Amino acid sequence: MKYDVAIIGAGVVGTLIARELSAYDLSVVLLEKCNDVAMGTTKANSAIVHAGFDAEPGTLKAKLSIKGCCMMESVCEELGVPYKNIGSLVIAFNDTQMHTLTNLLLRGNQNGVQDLRIIGQDKLRELEPNVNVNAKGALWAPTAAIICPYGLAIAAAENAVTNGVELKRNFEVKNVSTEDDGTLVLSSGQESVSASYVINSAGVYADKVAKLFGDNDYKIIARKGEYFLFDKKMDGLVKRVVFQCPTKMGKGVLIAPTTHGNVIIGPNAEDVDDKDNCATSAKGTEEVLKTARRSITKLSTVDLITSFAGLRAHNANSNDFFIEYSKTNKRVIHLVGIESPGLTAAPAIAKYVCSMFMDVAGKQKKNRNYNPVRPEPVRVKELADEQLRELIEKDSAYGRIVCRCETVSEGEIIDAIRAPVGATDVDGVKRRTRSGMGRCQGGFCGSKVAEILAREMGVDINTITKSGGNSNLLYDRTK
Amino acid sequence: MTQLYDLVVVGGGPAGMAAALRAKECGVNSIIILERAPSLGGILEQCIHTGFGLHYFNEELSGPEYAARFSLPVESSGITVKTDTMVINISSDNIVTAVNKTDGLLDISAKAIILAMGCRERPRGALNIAGTRVAGVMTAGTAQEYVNIRGYMPGKEIVILGSGDIGLIMARRMTLEGANVKMVCELMPYSGGLTRNIVQCLEDFDIPLKLSCTVIEVHGKERVEGVTIAKVDRNRRPIKGTEEYVPCDTLMLSVGLIPENELSNSMGIEIDPVTGGPVVTESRETTQKGVFACGNVLHVHDLVDYVTVESRLAGEGAANYILGNTTEPAFVTTKGIDGVRYVIPHKINLNYDDDIKLFFRVGQVYKNAKVFLESNDEILLSRRRPKLTPGEMEDITIKKELLEQLSVKSELVVRVEV
Repeated sequence: MKYDVAIIGAGVVGTLIARELSAYDLSVVLLEKCNDVAMGTTKANSAIVHAGFDAEPGTLKAKLSIKGCCMMESVCEELGVPYKNIGSLVIAFNDTQMHTLTNLLLRGNQNGVQDLRIIGQDKLRELEPNVNVNAKGALWAPTAAIICPYGLAIAAAENAVTNGVELKRNFEVKNVSTEDDGTLVLSSGQESVSASYVINSAGVYADKVAKLFGDNDYKIIARKGEYFLFDKKMDGLVKRVVFQCPTKMGKGVLIAPTTHGNVIIGPNAEDVDDKDNCATSAKGTEEVLKTARRSITKLSTVDLITSFAGLRAHNANSNDFFIEYSKTNKRVIHLVGIESPGLTAAPAIAKYVCSMFMDVAGKQKKNRNYNPVRPEPVRVKELADEQLRELIEKDSAYGRIVCRCETVSEGEIIDAIRAPVGATDVDGVKRRTRSGMGRCQGGFCGSKVAEILAREMGVDINTITKSGGNSNLLYDRTK
Repeated sequence: MTQLYDLVVVGGGPAGMAAALRAKECGVNSIIILERAPSLGGILEQCIHTGFGLHYFNEELSGPEYAARFSLPVESSGITVKTDTMVINISSDNIVTAVNKTDGLLDISAKAIILAMGCRERPRGALNIAGTRVAGVMTAGTAQEYVNIRGYMPGKEIVILGSGDIGLIMARRMTLEGANVKMVCELMPYSGGLTRNIVQCLEDFDIPLKLSCTVIEVHGKERVEGVTIAKVDRNRRPIKGTEEYVPCDTLMLSVGLIPENELSNSMGIEIDPVTGGPVVTESRETTQKGVFACGNVLHVHDLVDYVTVESRLAGEGAANYILGNTTEPAFVTTKGIDGVRYVIPHKINLNYDDDIKLFFRVGQVYKNAKVFLESNDEILLSRRRPKLTPGEMEDITIKKELLEQLSVKSELVVRVEV
């Protein structure tokens, strides 16, 4: 089958583009090299909707991040994704840094950030009593927010699929050829897909994918950032996203609440050669903790739940996003260097790419069946007693709690597996339901989740993986 | 509709069952046990090795056999049992809310509550081991469930970090199942496990125990491909130059147990920061009236036999509370110093009608040590011990006659001297 559009890469950008295109009468295929959507930068980042004062005025980055910030709340609402508009603070410890804040304020105003202002020590103390007493002041951006980034990508993918997009997982585009009529053929080696138009949103690999189309000038540096996640006991440590003053490597180490009530700190920044290298390091740990303790001096690691690393797709040639047609073929659009605030910008990027597509392909008919709403999955933990009672009466699977730390029921796990973009591995269930995200990190529920996956998929439990590929949990039967 | 019971026991493992049975013996008739697993027995069900019951029954039993010594009497005693039932909340007026498939949401009003939720294993994240997030890193208890309950091998080439008892037991278990257990690494200069387990699970199988050694990095893209181990210095920091790469497909963790006190915390019960469990009296009553705690939710035990002993005290205490057989309390507090990390119970009632055993744990290994029980700098008791280790719980008994001589002002101090 020939598709109108093929999108390469199902991160938050690719899935939101797929959703945007699903509003039109188009056949769209979304190709993802991993076993699930949201497996790259999307699943390991700060989970922040930035207010938009960082980007250089006039850049595409500035324009799209401001627009994305404004769009995010309604997108999250349509897609049933957690979003909390808690605001952010950049704290300053000395006069030089206070001066940096003034510059950021100026830049923010130029970019059109609303309600941005500098506050003094007293106000800062009132807003964030746990922040280092030596902080002199802060830049307060009330429009900043926190979201669940992988939740957004999963929801966008589900909504796109419900509206007719086809998702192919475990499809890595390794070869591209062009037929006489201009049809582009994308091949994984085992399978190929034909499309009239291609959108390359392959994240850290977008440069490699661009080369397949003869565009050799892009270079993406994988910039690793390590994070720490703390127990929900720490909830309330900070009420807003607390940044330190930015450096040339990025916006520095932040401390923020997550939409699920944990506390996240990170990232550091380290350029790495291996674009699959998401390993954490002792050095990174030390660096992140040391830097974070500048913001919160008494930060203890007793309630640390887990650490992880993510890779930013840093554009080696520019500080801006490159979103442009292939130099060889206007039917191909590359998205290169979508690093922070790429998550913030993602909904605006999707609109932007969609209009670039239509500039070449012409105006498209609307998909008459398009529904932008993806219902929020049931969360037993969030239901009132009466609602839960009714739900269990209808389906008793919601009465069996599988994950004790996060109170996740078997019913929710089954929902996650049977969803339009269902989980097929243990980590996929975890991202969709939070089963295994709590303080025991899946020690108790991991095997039960694997058992439910095996039952739902009709396979033996020893074929179930942690996250696709060869990440099997089990070997053969015992003697 | 709210159901009424005299006693609600949260957890149907060894602690919950022993406590419920003892309360029944003491005359409490309306008792319900709420258990989250599909059957009674708790973690004992997956402990198919022997070594249970040597102290309490003078017999060597397997985990399921030990559990059956309690689950069978529970089933014939008229105690109500609800399995596959998770307690999600306990209110300040002792209403227990639980959820399961058949009853949906259950509200149970109790005169007394016994907390017996057990403990959980510390996961990788709490240790912050660097490296990749691959499959094949698991706690020893999770591995034990895969092998003993589900009948699958979670690994073939195995490195175990932590020489706690579950790690030692799993070293032997995996070896018997044909896996190659390459080594057990222990951060401390001594093992946290029972001596008998070191002999029977490691030495008998020539599995090396590497003391003062830890895993500093996990390698692999999808499944574990190897780990880097390193020696550690006195401050438990890895020593540069001692790193060694060990190829393996599995890293098993036996790095400590944490009492599961989420419910206790949400009820506002005072928690001892050292044990991670509630502060209790000799009857194992917590700081919330009518709420008792026993077993690994109170403090981590090395032997289930001691859990049984402790849980019977909690069962009896709850029964006395329900039946109104309480004496006027005159509490003295207990404290561990000079190498004694903690003492259970934290408070004892001088009007208690029996001898009282103080259980305690030391912070390091002592040889030819003397244990003292003191009050106001006066030595009340002293006991000689050839060896004290952090892995083995110790006790000292205060006779009723001695108890009667004490006054409420006397703080009881347990200390160790070499």
